Amino acid sequence: MDVYLPIANLSVDAFVIILLGGVVGILSGMFGVGGGFMTTPLLIFYGIPPTVAAASASTQVTGASVSGVFAHMKRGGVDIQMGSVLVIGGLFGTIIGAGLFRLLQEWGQIDTVINILYVLMLGTIGGFMAWESWQSVSALRGGRPAPAKKRRHHPLVANLPYRWRFYRSGLYISPLAPLILGFVTGVLTMLLGVGGGFIMVPAMLYLLGMGAQVVVGTSLFQILFVTISSTMMHSLTTKSVDIVLAVLMLFGSVTGAQIGARIAQRMRPEYLRALLAGIVLIVAIRMALGLGWQPDEIYSVQPL
Amino acid sequence: MIIRALLLLLAAISAVSGQAARAQQDEPKLVPDVSQRQIAIESGFTGAELLMFGAIIYPRGVTPSEQIDVAVVLRGPSQAITLREKQRILGIWINADSKEFLSVPGYYAVATSRPLNKIVNPRTADIYELGIDRLQLSPRGSFSANEDQRFNAGLVDLNRRGGLFRQQAGSVEITDSVLYRARLLVPSSVPVGRYTAETLLIRNGEVIMADDSVEIEIRKKGFEQFVTVLADRYSLLYGILAVVISLLFGWMAALLFQRI
Repeated sequence: MDVYLPIANLSVDAFVIILLGGVVGILSGMFGVGGGFMTTPLLIFYGIPPTVAAASASTQVTGASVSGVFAHMKRGGVDIQMGSVLVIGGLFGTIIGAGLFRLLQEWGQIDTVINILYVLMLGTIGGFMAWESWQSVSALRGGRPAPAKKRRHHPLVANLPYRWRFYRSGLYISPLAPLILGFVTGVLTMLLGVGGGFIMVPAMLYLLGMGAQVVVGTSLFQILFVTISSTMMHSLTTKSVDIVLAVLMLFGSVTGAQIGARIAQRMRPEYLRALLAGIVLIVAIRMALGLGWQPDEIYSVQPL
Repeated sequence: MIIRALLLLLAAISAVSGQAARAQQDEPKLVPDVSQRQIAIESGFTGAELLMFGAIIYPRGVTPSEQIDVAVVLRGPSQAITLREKQRILGIWINADSKEFLSVPGYYAVATSRPLNKIVNPRTADIYELGIDRLQLSPRGSFSANEDQRFNAGLVDLNRRGGLFRQQAGSVEITDSVLYRARLLVPSSVPVGRYTAETLLIRNGEVIMADDSVEIEIRKKGFEQFVTVLADRYSLLYGILAVVISLLFGWMAALLFQRI
């Protein structure tokens, strides 16, 4: 069934988009990430203009993260205080990100920056996750218990002034650290159309040293508000949010998320993490190769 | 229906052809028309097919013995653009060079009865912008003809493969040197605006008659128009709406799946 996208100005096969949302939804349900890091590249690959893809993907992540936030709030898995600091940083991040987006667009370098950022982030995080899950999986196979990790924050974080107490997270650290973290993910959300969960979660665990029971919920809480802000910024500046595209993807992703969540319940978390690491690394490698391969289109048009 | 329209047209022509011949002694006259004057872009829009047809009225109703050729041109609104060119720098492909073009038609299609190079000489083709490689795209700040040509070729090729620039040789059918018709395809990615349809009558490599009086309007309609206007003029409202819709969607889906 063909559907015309009024903002992207082209017609797409609705089933392909719903299916694409479904695949991303399954992944996000399985791993508790928004899945934006897969949506944007897949949409661009399908022929949607990059700006529309990034803007509409952030709208879709908003919808995809709502139910997660509710679920985690019910069981007390959200540190609202920490989340609010992250959100404030994130809001500033989206504003700065919007300016950066426009600047890069004028220079004609937005696509390259998006691609390089993807490669760097996915490569680093995927590599890190792969290494960690290899350790835990081999520990599982060997029957030995995994070495218990010392939970503590990074020395850089410890040195920041004006400490606050974050009771839920079990932390006594400066709010500047989550503020900066929120800011960085806000910029990335605006530029890449990702929720930033796959950066937030490791950063919260290993940089801030937050308690694992509040990490995913708080990250979803921040993603929800920052993608809302990013949708607003895109609506006001680039005017590239395609609501029809976002709704089509939501159809697929909310359904996929439920299926993914059920799959996740039947798998060991160690294997689940290893699988996610593999997927993230594959996307990173594909994008890294893409930078070096001759692109399909040497020329691109931008209205003056 | 089209055939009947053509027949009606023919009847009308034969009635007025006496007057027309007296008004214009030597030159034939063109009576062009198009299958639809408006194309509406709606939710199921996947492109459209336009039938451009018409009749040639000869002075005193005498059909000439020489071969007559017809070219039909459909042209969308022009736009100023920046064309960026990717080059390989330090192993990766990035936008390295760019050029501005001040008048690039958003859509351009030419259909002819025979291959263009057989019916017009290059000079005439340039004057009438006949052929996708003869469009006057007005590059800005031209320093070298070589560079201009490279960008020009890149832009034309990009639009040709995207279906926005079309050249169809031999797709104008001429019946008894009097009636002509051609089908032109408009893809779904077509820009909105006012389009002009031009018909050119060609004999011995010269354009002897040209008529660009037919206009076609392509515009979004209904929901698509509503969304576009909202996003463009009421951005704040549109953004809030987009957020509310996606929130509701996620929330409802969560409720729904809890029951299953």
